[in-house]
Amino acid sequence: MNYEEIIKKHQLKPKYFANGLKSFVCGGMVAIVGQLLLELYIKLGIGEDEAGSLMITTVILVASLLTAFGVYDKLGQFAKAGLAVPVTGFANSMTASALEYKKEGMLLGIANNLFKLAGAVIVYGVVSAYILGIIRYLFMGG
Amino acid sequence: MKIGNNSLKFNGVYIKDSSTAVGPLESAGPLKDYFDYRFPDLYCNADSWEKAEINLVKTCIDDLIKKTNLSDTEIDFIVGGDLNNQDAVTNYAVRDYNIPLLGVYSACATSAEAMIVASSLVDSANAKNIIVTSSSHNATAERQYRNPTEYGGARPDSATFTVTGAGTCLITNQKSDIKIESATIGRVLDAKQKDANDMGSAMAPAASQTIKVHLEDLGRSAEYYDLILTGDLSSVGKPILIDILKEQEIDIEHNHNDCGLLIYDRKKQNVFAGGSGAGCSSAVTFGYIMSMLRENKLKKVLLVATGALMNPIMIFQKESIPAIAHAVSLEKI
Repeated sequence: MNYEEIIKKHQLKPKYFANGLKSFVCGGMVAIVGQLLLELYIKLGIGEDEAGSLMITTVILVASLLTAFGVYDKLGQFAKAGLAVPVTGFANSMTASALEYKKEGMLLGIANNLFKLAGAVIVYGVVSAYILGIIRYLFMGG
Repeated sequence: MKIGNNSLKFNGVYIKDSSTAVGPLESAGPLKDYFDYRFPDLYCNADSWEKAEINLVKTCIDDLIKKTNLSDTEIDFIVGGDLNNQDAVTNYAVRDYNIPLLGVYSACATSAEAMIVASSLVDSANAKNIIVTSSSHNATAERQYRNPTEYGGARPDSATFTVTGAGTCLITNQKSDIKIESATIGRVLDAKQKDANDMGSAMAPAASQTIKVHLEDLGRSAEYYDLILTGDLSSVGKPILIDILKEQEIDIEHNHNDCGLLIYDRKKQNVFAGGSGAGCSSAVTFGYIMSMLRENKLKKVLLVATGALMNPIMIFQKESIPAIAHAVSLEKI
């Protein structure tokens, strides 16, 4: 019995175009909000570097709060990668893990599982920064 | 008594009564009136997801004992399981009862497996009264098999939504109006599906195999049953099952339905391809189907509980998802 042929016939194909469009628009909107915040902070007299950090912190705070109120997962289902790729996705993955493992305690629950989803981003972020740093040092002298 | 290759024919095994408890989304679904207990939130009066599922199971068992008017000593065994590691919920739920436990696991086919084990014990006169239980909880399943509940990653339309619910019944040798007539024990079938977000595709071949073997073993055609009810094939698995069986000249298009498609209104409720979980088939069977049989709206029902034997570690090791389906034939006398 050739199951795979029949299965393939009925399997749902991902809506690549619609999902891509949603991701692009929603991800873009997150970026616009970030940019507006950045300019607002600069206008308020905060230095450009500090304003950048403050903007990212604000976006992370909002994403974490939305996660805690149970809204972020619904937004994420709609926006697809549009909310997963920006820093909001990173914040959500950590807050969601912290909430999920709260019952198992501060140490064995939250601390142990906080990076359950975000760990991969940190590991490969550091590894690729390290490799690129070496390449830059070798070819450009630092 | 064994009949054919993989089937059992029972003589004098009955369901005395049943009890079900469900969570908020199931309480808002089309079958809401058929459940005994409806909890308004996912915590079900507990402070963690696992304890919530334990409460669902205990609520059902307490209610069943009350309904059947039996004491602890009159109930020989509890046979049951859930989707949590080490069958944790079932083990914890029954620790306050003075009744021996046989824990079983067949993923979402646990409901039918427990019924088959219990029916065999009663059929062979090794027991008179057995409580059968199985449960699942959306949040305990999510955190164990997938991601934290509040994680915002998008899920595809083929994903299923784990039912928050528990179902129990009392299987007895005393004659009642619902008979457990026969059963077929499923074989593990691996259709080489690897997508953990598409269990319907992984399980449909196993369901087709069990249905085919059951009909052959008992010498029946598919029309014998008023309803062939799969556990949680969802909107993806249902057409696959019908097509696979059609190729083998078995037509179940008009008498097939799926617990996962019955328990939710997919147009109004955001449950992707439909409901799933060990509590899906048990809540639907022991709630809705029992009522339908009692009211003579159905006479002969074949429950084919389907289980995707998904293990996150094996998935990470790039293995495919084997599946199993166990069938139990229920008849109104």
